[in-house]
Amino acid sequence: MHDRIVLSHGSGGEMTQQLIREVFLHHFNNEWLCGLSDSAMLSNGSGRTVFTTDSFVVDPLFFPGGDIGKLAVCGTVNDLAVTGAIPAYLSAGFILEEGLTLETLHRIAASMAEEARHAGVQIVTGDTKVVHRGKADGVFINTSGIGFLPAGRADLSNTAGIRPGDRIIVNGHLGEHGVAVLSAREELEVASQVHSDCASLNALIDQMCQVSGKIRFMRDLTRGGLATVLCEVTDHADFGLYLLEDKMPVGEAVRGICEMLGMDPLYMANEGKLVAIVDPADADDLLGAMHEHPLGANAQVIGQVAGQHPGQVVMETQVGGRRIIEPLTGEQLPRIC
Amino acid sequence: MKYMDEYRDRTLIAGLTKKIRARAGRFYTFMEVCGGHTMAIHKFGLPWLLPSTIRLKSGPGCPVCVTDQSYVDRAVAYAEMEEVVVCTYGDLLRVPGTSASLYDKRGEGCDVRVVYSLLEALRIAREESSRMVVFLGIGFETTAPGSAVGILEAEQEGLDNFCLLSAHKRMPPAMEAVASDAGQLDGFICPGHVSTITGMGIYEDLPRLYGMGCVISGFEPTDMLESILLLVEQMEAGRPEVAIQYKRAVRPEGNLKARALMDQVFQHGDDTWRGLGVLPDSGLRIRPEYARYDAEQRIPVEVGPARENAGCICGEILKGQKEPSECPLFATSCTPVHPVGACMVSSEGACQAYYKYRRYA
Repeated sequence: MHDRIVLSHGSGGEMTQQLIREVFLHHFNNEWLCGLSDSAMLSNGSGRTVFTTDSFVVDPLFFPGGDIGKLAVCGTVNDLAVTGAIPAYLSAGFILEEGLTLETLHRIAASMAEEARHAGVQIVTGDTKVVHRGKADGVFINTSGIGFLPAGRADLSNTAGIRPGDRIIVNGHLGEHGVAVLSAREELEVASQVHSDCASLNALIDQMCQVSGKIRFMRDLTRGGLATVLCEVTDHADFGLYLLEDKMPVGEAVRGICEMLGMDPLYMANEGKLVAIVDPADADDLLGAMHEHPLGANAQVIGQVAGQHPGQVVMETQVGGRRIIEPLTGEQLPRIC
Repeated sequence: MKYMDEYRDRTLIAGLTKKIRARAGRFYTFMEVCGGHTMAIHKFGLPWLLPSTIRLKSGPGCPVCVTDQSYVDRAVAYAEMEEVVVCTYGDLLRVPGTSASLYDKRGEGCDVRVVYSLLEALRIAREESSRMVVFLGIGFETTAPGSAVGILEAEQEGLDNFCLLSAHKRMPPAMEAVASDAGQLDGFICPGHVSTITGMGIYEDLPRLYGMGCVISGFEPTDMLESILLLVEQMEAGRPEVAIQYKRAVRPEGNLKARALMDQVFQHGDDTWRGLGVLPDSGLRIRPEYARYDAEQRIPVEVGPARENAGCICGEILKGQKEPSECPLFATSCTPVHPVGACMVSSEGACQAYYKYRRYA
C-alpha cells in the first residue's frame, strides 16, 4: 500500500476497496458497516430504515445533462432505492471555496430542489463551510439520505439469494455520464452530443419491485461502471457471471469515443443506471415493465449467473471469443462524481 | 458502428478461422510484435477461436515495456527538480523506477502531468515560461515523428523552456534480435502503426535471413485473422515474404514526410531495451544541432545503476520465450495495482493483457 493518498484511491475500484478495508473498516468496524454495502440497513422496531451518504466533487460543476447539485440528489436517492427502500429524506452539506459566485450556488441549489421534487424526497437538514481560495474547487457537496424498506420487501443489496441461471439486466445505455463529464472537461467537440444519464431511479425501481418479488439483487452503477459492480458481486462468490458483449446496451456516440480514446464502456461511469439480478421466470415481465418507464426504455438482459467459473465474470466477446472482466485498476477518470 | 462492426462480423470471423484450420498443415508459432495487437487479440478473445495449430506470442513492441529502468530513474530525477514540469503519456506514470515511479512522485507533490500529445506539453511551456518542461518521448517510429515536429516547432517559436528526454526506438533491430534468438518462431504479425510511417522495407531482411513470414496487420479481429491466414499460406507454400494486410492504412513506402522529419531531428544510436539489452543502432537520439532540446544535454542528471526485480521475467516474455503465466510473480506479487515489471504496467503489456482478459479460474 502507498504511504500517501493517490488518485486511484478514489477510483471506486480495487484501491478504493483496499483503502476502505485497511483504514476505515479497521477503525470503525461494526455489524452494519462490515457488509460494505453502499447503504446501511437499520432495524427500527417494526420496519427497516436505510441510511447512506455520498460526497460529490465532480469537475466541471456543470456538464451536459446535469450538474453537481442534481448529481448530489440522484446519487444518494439511487443508493437508497437500489436496496428496495423508498427514499424519503436527505441532508446537504456544502464546502464552498472563497470566491464562488452566489449565482453559481443558486443554480446548484435550484437544481437540487428540482431533482428532490422530482424524486419525491425532502432536503431536511444541512451545513455550510467556506474554505480559503485554492483549498477546495468551487463547491463540494455531501448528501446523506434516509429511506424506508416497505414491509415484506427483500433487502436487494444482499448477494446471498443469487442462483445459477438468474438473469442479469441493466436499464439502458452504459457510460454516458463518464463520457459527458470527460467531454465537458476536455472540450471534446465530437462528444458534445452525449448527455449524462444522471437521474433518480426510485420510481423505476419501485415499478420493478411491484412487478416481481424475485429480484435477487440490485445495485446502481457509478464510478467504476458495470464491470466494477459485477466484479464486486462475484468476489469470493460460489457462482460466476457470464455476459454477452453483443447484448451490452452502449450508444453509438459513447462507443465511438471509447474506441477512439482506448476506454472501455463497461468501466465508464454512470449516474442513472442499475444492474438487477433476477429469477429467470420473472425476467421477461420485468423487462416489459422496465421498457414502459422512460429510464428503462433500453433495458436489456446482458447475461446470466453461471455455475461455472466461480468468482469470475466472463464475457463472450462480440466476435465469439471469450475474456474475463477484471475490477477497475488505477483511475479511469478522476473527479467523475 | 460504421467502419468498426464490418471488421468484427461473426460470419467473416468464422470463415477466416475455418480457412486457417484447413490450411495449417502443421503447428505454427507467430509473434504479434505490437502491444496494440496483443491487447486486441485478448480483448476480442481470439485465442479462443483459433485452431490448436496456431500459437501466438507477444513481442517487444510495447514502448513502455521495453523502456529501460534507468530512463524511468532519470525521469524521476527530473520530477524531483523544483523548476521542472515532467510531461508524460499516462502509461509511463506507474512504471516502477529503482526507488519510485512518477506516480509516486506526483503523490509526493512533484509536478508530473499526463498529456495526450506533445502539443499539450508545448502549450504548457508557452503558458508557464518560468518553468522547464521536460517531455518524455517514448515509442517507436510511430511517435518519433511527432516528437520531431515538437522540437522543430519549439525551435521555430524560440521556445527555450522545452526539451525532450528521448527513449524513442527503432523496431527492426529488436525484431532481428528476437528472430535470431527465438528460433522457434515461424513469422511476425508486423506492427500496423509503425509501418504506416516506415513502410514495408524495414522488414525485408527477416524473410531472407531467417525464413520468417511478415504480414503488416491492422488491429481489428478480421485484420488479425486475415494476417494469420496470410502467414500460414506463405509458410505452407514455402515462400516467406513481406506482405501488407493493413492496406487501408499502410503504403509500401510509408509516410515519406514523417520519415524525413524523423531523420532531420533524430539519428541512430545504440540503445538499451528492457529484456533485450543493448541493441546496436536501435535508438533514436536527438541530433547535435538540436542539442538544446535534448534533456540529457540540457539538464544533465546522474542516476545510479538500475536495479530490476530479480524474480521478474519481463525480458523472456518480451522475447517470446515465456508466457506471463509462467512468471512466479504473475498475479501474486505483480498485479496492475502493484506492478513489478513494465509488462504489467503498460496497457499494451503482455502481462496486463493476460491479467485483464485471460486469467481464468
